Amino acid sequence: MVDHKDAHEDILLAPIAHTGPGFYWTVAGLSVFILWGAIAYLVQFYYGLGVTGLMQPVSWGFYVTNFVFFIGISHAGTLISAILRLSRAEWRRPITRMAEVITAMVLFIGAGQILVDLGRPDRILNVILHGRYQSPLLWDATSISAYLTASLTYLYLPMIPDIAILRDRLGKWKLFYSVLALGWTGTEAQQRVLNRAIAIMCVIVIPVAISVHSVVSFVFSMTLQPMWHSTIFGPYFVVGAIFSGIAALIVAMIIFRKTYGLEPYLKPVHFRYLGQLLLVMSLLWFYFTFAEYLTGYYGAEPEEMKVFWAKFSGPFWPYFWAMVLCNLFIPLACLVRLGRHTVGKVLAASLAIIVGMWLERFIIVIPTLSFPRLPFPHTVYTPTWVEMGEFAGSLALFALFYLLFTKVFPIISIWEIREGREEGVKEVEERIKSYLPDEIKGTA
Amino acid sequence: MALWGMVIDLDRCTGCQACVMACKAENNVPAVGEKEAKKGRTISWMQVLTETDEEHHEEKMRFIPRPCLQCDDPPCTKVCPVYATYRDPEGIVAQIYGRCIGCRFCMAACPYNAKYFNWYTYQKEQPGQNPDVSLRPNGVVEKCTFCHHRLQKAREQAHAEHREIQPGEYNTACADACPAQAIVFGDLSDPGSEVSKLARSPRAFKLQEELGTKPKVIYLTEGEGGG
Repeated sequence: MVDHKDAHEDILLAPIAHTGPGFYWTVAGLSVFILWGAIAYLVQFYYGLGVTGLMQPVSWGFYVTNFVFFIGISHAGTLISAILRLSRAEWRRPITRMAEVITAMVLFIGAGQILVDLGRPDRILNVILHGRYQSPLLWDATSISAYLTASLTYLYLPMIPDIAILRDRLGKWKLFYSVLALGWTGTEAQQRVLNRAIAIMCVIVIPVAISVHSVVSFVFSMTLQPMWHSTIFGPYFVVGAIFSGIAALIVAMIIFRKTYGLEPYLKPVHFRYLGQLLLVMSLLWFYFTFAEYLTGYYGAEPEEMKVFWAKFSGPFWPYFWAMVLCNLFIPLACLVRLGRHTVGKVLAASLAIIVGMWLERFIIVIPTLSFPRLPFPHTVYTPTWVEMGEFAGSLALFALFYLLFTKVFPIISIWEIREGREEGVKEVEERIKSYLPDEIKGTA
Repeated sequence: MALWGMVIDLDRCTGCQACVMACKAENNVPAVGEKEAKKGRTISWMQVLTETDEEHHEEKMRFIPRPCLQCDDPPCTKVCPVYATYRDPEGIVAQIYGRCIGCRFCMAACPYNAKYFNWYTYQKEQPGQNPDVSLRPNGVVEKCTFCHHRLQKAREQAHAEHREIQPGEYNTACADACPAQAIVFGDLSDPGSEVSKLARSPRAFKLQEELGTKPKVIYLTEGEGGG
């Protein structure tokens, strides 16, 4: 019996126990990009923001786009995981951990973008010393730190039983795992407290996550600028965030499924369900985009129309239509019929969506700033190697964080899979029975 | 309390840019150099915008000198996360260079693009600069202050002589320099001041008035056959 259980755990513990050359090559590859990003930032820190392509009037560019993009990706994790847990979706078991890790890691990267964007990063403490709560940037700072705290807690709690397994089974880093396991022995009382704590965090984390992308959108919508000043921006950004988040989650799942041989855990059915969720989000995203642009177009306010046409058929048309292609048409083509080649199709759609959602952020930030209300000479924003390097470095840093996590903690929750096997099946059967009309005794 | 404001008569403006140069000299506005200017990073607290006439396209140009409009309900101060920009009691929108973190939120929020950023360290201390105006470091936002230092000087002078500031004692550099006397500066709260009288002219209008920013720079349109 014990051996049988161990066999299951071995696959999940293997990445922590053994490290092959592939890991070192990946780390080396990622480090090249991180180095590029680091050099770019040092150059910028020394000379000033002049080394970017920013200017008058496009005073926000790649950095703000990336900020919104990365914070959006963070919505994959905690939010999806919490919703799946609360709705008792049994298929969540191998997915939740991977999702939660994305949130925790990418939030650091996202918040870092704002630091990179500052002209005076040395004065960042002014935000605390002289913070002005009327500014949406302070709302961001509050919301994101709350989300980071909640996400880290929410990531850590369900990891405790797994850390205890690592403490007992793995030969190395005994002290590290012992401290983090908090003396977990798996008694019924401990399990009860843990389940309750996880349930509470699930409920807390959902409104916090929604607040995060709402206030990120408020940075734009609270100004008077054309195509920013929109009441729909809060929910529009939240939908976009969950959309890009699920796509990122799927890509991460497929990569680790392949590299760590997790096929027995992450089956096509998981990708089919996530693919269907992705399709729904794609349609929802289109609905919001359609509503937003139709409202602007129909009202035909001249300042709005300047920006509208710049996106639709003006200088930004390639980005705009690439966004529509990536966020709507490719997902539709890939996800409507998921009978065969599920994993491949879902992967193709997810990659397209990640690109498309980055373009969406770009198309929101840049065109509005490029077309001021007063008759200024026309200027075009082009990012420099510094901004490119910072973006590449950020992506690589995120990948590295994620990779390192998988070398220290199991990327699929061992105890939750075991719980599913031992209790989940029975529980679901009983739950289904409770949905049905009670059997009437005494009738033949 | 005074409410400082400005009237710019577009009928009188010749587009000579004397106001622009006077402002640069008065406020130590740095020359960013040709390379930076080509990138669109020129700093010009007072900027003369040109607009072609809609009816007589390419034939008639309209010049709009644009300082900071010193809004009474400024969109820029609303969004500042650190109180680096605020409206003072006399209606001047101030910018604290030593406080600004360079997030450029105010630049994104200003509908008149009146705010400028120091993308590099554009200037060092050198002879010929106005000692009354501090130099701006790298990475902060700057803008027109209605020559606020001149108000401080005039007020100190009046205080030393135990009297109130007289009309005309505090004037901006651009108003001083305008050869066509198109720019009139003064106290909008005094109904008898020249600036107040002009502001009530039937020709008076405000830029993007519909946004509700309540600018205190008021323009006078070209009269019949003018422009």
